[in-house]
Amino acid sequence: MDALNALVVFANFVLIPATAYGAQLALGALGVTLIYGILRFSNFAHGDTMAFGTAVAILATWALQAAGIGLGPLPTALLALPVGILGAMALVLLTDRGVYRFYRAQRVKPVIFVIVSMGVMFVYNGLTRFVIGVDDQRFADGERFVISVREFREATGLAEGLALRTTQLLTVVVAIIAVALLFWFLNRTRTGKSMRAFSDNEDLALLSGINPERVVLVTWLIVAALAATAGVLYGLDKGFKPFVYFQLLLPIFAAAIVGGLGNPLGAIAGGFVIAFAEVTITYPLKRVLGYLLPESLEPDGLVQLLTTDYKFAVSFGILLVVLLFRPTGLFKGKAV
Amino acid sequence: MTETLRSPLLFALVAALLIGTGIVQGWNSALVILNMGLISAIMALGVNLQWGFAGLFNVGVMGFVALGGLAAVLVSMPPVPDAWSAGGPRIVVAMLLGAATIFVAMVVQRRIPPGRSRTWATIGVLVAGFILYRLAFDPAKSAVESVDPASTGYLGGLGLPIVLAWPVGAALAAGAAWIIGKTALGLRSDYLAIATLGIAEIIIAILKNEDWLARGVKNVSGLPRPVPLEIDLQQDPGFVERAAGLGFDPVLASTLYVKLAYAALFALVLIALIWLAQKALASPWGRMMRAIRDNEVAAEAMGKDVTARHLQIFILGSAICGLAGAMMTTLDGQLTPGTYQPLRFTFLIWVMVIVGGSGNNFGAVLGGFLIWWLWVQVEPIGLGVMNLITSGMADGSWLKDHLLDSAAHMRLLTMGLILLIVLRFSPRGLIPER
Repeated sequence: MDALNALVVFANFVLIPATAYGAQLALGALGVTLIYGILRFSNFAHGDTMAFGTAVAILATWALQAAGIGLGPLPTALLALPVGILGAMALVLLTDRGVYRFYRAQRVKPVIFVIVSMGVMFVYNGLTRFVIGVDDQRFADGERFVISVREFREATGLAEGLALRTTQLLTVVVAIIAVALLFWFLNRTRTGKSMRAFSDNEDLALLSGINPERVVLVTWLIVAALAATAGVLYGLDKGFKPFVYFQLLLPIFAAAIVGGLGNPLGAIAGGFVIAFAEVTITYPLKRVLGYLLPESLEPDGLVQLLTTDYKFAVSFGILLVVLLFRPTGLFKGKAV
Repeated sequence: MTETLRSPLLFALVAALLIGTGIVQGWNSALVILNMGLISAIMALGVNLQWGFAGLFNVGVMGFVALGGLAAVLVSMPPVPDAWSAGGPRIVVAMLLGAATIFVAMVVQRRIPPGRSRTWATIGVLVAGFILYRLAFDPAKSAVESVDPASTGYLGGLGLPIVLAWPVGAALAAGAAWIIGKTALGLRSDYLAIATLGIAEIIIAILKNEDWLARGVKNVSGLPRPVPLEIDLQQDPGFVERAAGLGFDPVLASTLYVKLAYAALFALVLIALIWLAQKALASPWGRMMRAIRDNEVAAEAMGKDVTARHLQIFILGSAICGLAGAMMTTLDGQLTPGTYQPLRFTFLIWVMVIVGGSGNNFGAVLGGFLIWWLWVQVEPIGLGVMNLITSGMADGSWLKDHLLDSAAHMRLLTMGLILLIVLRFSPRGLIPER
C-alpha cells in the first residue's frame, strides 16, 4: 500500500505536471530547432512569437465566449487556436518579408541574425503588450478535471489522491497530434523532404532545384503554428503572462541544445529531459520518501533539492553540462 | 559632412537635447538623465569591448550589472553583528564546503582516466558534497534570516566606503564571466548568447531569493553615499549663503549640487575608461582582437590563441558592466532585485552600442547618452502622440482608452524599431568604426 501511495504522490506532483510541461517545451524547442536547421540562427524572438499567438487566441476565445460558442467540457481556446496560429503566421511572414529576407540575401553571419531577432523580440514584446496589456489572463474554461482527487480516492481507497486536469491531458494529446503531423510532413511529403535536404546541405539542395524562398516560407509557417500551439497550451495550463513567455526562452533553448540543435527528435527528447529534471529537482520529495523509507529513516526536511525559484538554474545546469561534455547534444545536432 | 565633423556634431546634439530637457522639464530632470546616461555609456563601453572589438555576443549584461549592485551592498552596508553570531561562520563553512566539492570533482575529472568509473566518481562526489553543503547551509541560513527580519535579516556588509564597491563589483562580474567564458567560448557564437542569458536569470534569482545575502526582494535601502545628503547641505549655513549669492533657492541648489557631484564622479570614471579603451584599441593587442574578429581562421593560423583571447576580452567587458552596476546602485542608494529586467538592462544596452556604432568607443558612449535620453522621453512623447491621435474620438470609447493605456508600452516598440532600422540602413551605427 505504501509503495502505491508513494507512486500516486509522485505521479500527481511530478509525473503528470512534468509530462504536460515537457510537451509544451518540446513544441517550443521544435520551433527553435527548425529555425536553426533551415535558417541557421537561434531565434530569440521565439518566446514572444508564442506570446503573440497566444494573445490572439485569447482575444478569439473571448469573442467565442461572448457569442456563446463553446466545446462543452473542453476549453473554448481549442476552437480559438487556429485563429492564434493564423495570427502568428501573419506576424512571422510579415517579419520575414520586412526584416529577415534582406539579411538572407546579404548572407550575413549567423550572429547578425541573432541580433536582428533580438530587435524583432523587442517589437513583438511591445506588440503583445499593445494587443492585450501586461496583466495576467486566465482563459481556461470547460471541465477542470478529468480525474479529481476525491474521485480517485473513492475509486481506489488509497490515502493519497491523484488529479488529472483537462488542460494537462489536452496538452499531451494536442502535442502528440502536432508532432505526428510534423513528422509525417517532414518524412513523407515532397516539401518536407526538400526542407530536410535544405537543412542537411544548402548548396546541394539549391543545385537540385529546391526553391529556397519556398522552403523558408514553409518553415516559418510551421514554426508559427508550433509556437502558437505551444503558447496556448502553456497558457491554458499555467495562465498567460506576457513576460513569462520571454523567460521560457531559456528552458526552450536548453531543450533544443540538449537534444542537439537542428534535430527535431532531439528537441522533443530535450524538452522532456528539461521538464522532468526541473520538476523533480524543485519538488519537495518528503512525502514520497515518507512512504518508501522505514520510519526511522524518514527525512525531517522537505528534501527539496532546490526551491522553485531556481527552476531556471536547473535548465541552465543541464545546459552547461551538455556544452562541456557533449556540445552537439544527445542526438548529434549539427552545431559545434 | 566629413567624418571628423560628424562626431563632435552628434555629441553637440546630445548636449543640446540635455540642455533642452533642462529648460523644458527642469534642471533636476536633465541631471537625472545625464547621470544615468553616464552609467549607460560605461555599460555600452563594456559591451562594445566584447562585441565591437571581439564579436562576442553577450546577452547577460543584466546579470553582471546586478552583481555590481550586490557588491555595493556587500562592501558598504554596516555588518549585522547579531546575524553574524547567529550563523555567519556556519554560512562561510558551508560555502567552503561547496567550493571544496567542486574542487574535488575537478580533481577526480583530472586524475581518473575517462570511462564509466570516472563518471560515477564525479557524480558521487557532487551528490555527497551537495548533501553536506545543504546540511551545513540550511540551518545557518534560517538562523541568519530570523534575526530581526523586518529591518535586517541578512549578514550585512563590510561597512567600507561605497566607492570601494566599484572595483569589487567589477571583480564579481569578472568571476561570473570567467565561469561562463570557460564553458561557452570556443563553441558556436549562439551558445555564448544562450549561456549568458541563463546566467543573468540565475544571478537575478539568487539576488531575489537569498535573503541572508542581500535581503532578497525586501531590498536593501539607505546605502551610504559618496556625496553629502541634501538635507545636510540645506542646514549648512555656508552652503546656503553661497547658494543665495548665486541667486539659488537652497533646496534646489542642494539637489543640483548633489547630482552634479555624482555626475563629476561618474564622468571621471567614464573618461578614464574611454582613455583606456582607446589605448587598447590602438595597441597591438587591439589590432590582434580585431584581426581575430574579422577572420578567426586566419588569426589562428598566425598562432593566436583565439579562445584564450576571447575569454580575456569577455571578462574585461563584463567587469566594466559590473563596475557600472555598482555605480548605478550607488546612485540609486538602494538595491532592488525586482527591478532588474532583461529588456531594460541587457537589450537596451545593445541598442545603445549598435545605434552608436559598434567597434567605436565614442560611438558606444554617444549611443549610451542618446538612447538613454530617448528611453526616458519616449513615454511622454508617446502619450502626446496618442493624445493627438485620439483627440477626435469620443471620450470614454474603448479604443481611446486602450490607445491611451498602451502609450506606456511604446518604449519597447520604439527601441525595437530603432534597432531594426539602424541595423538595416546603417549597420555601422552613427559613428562608424574607422
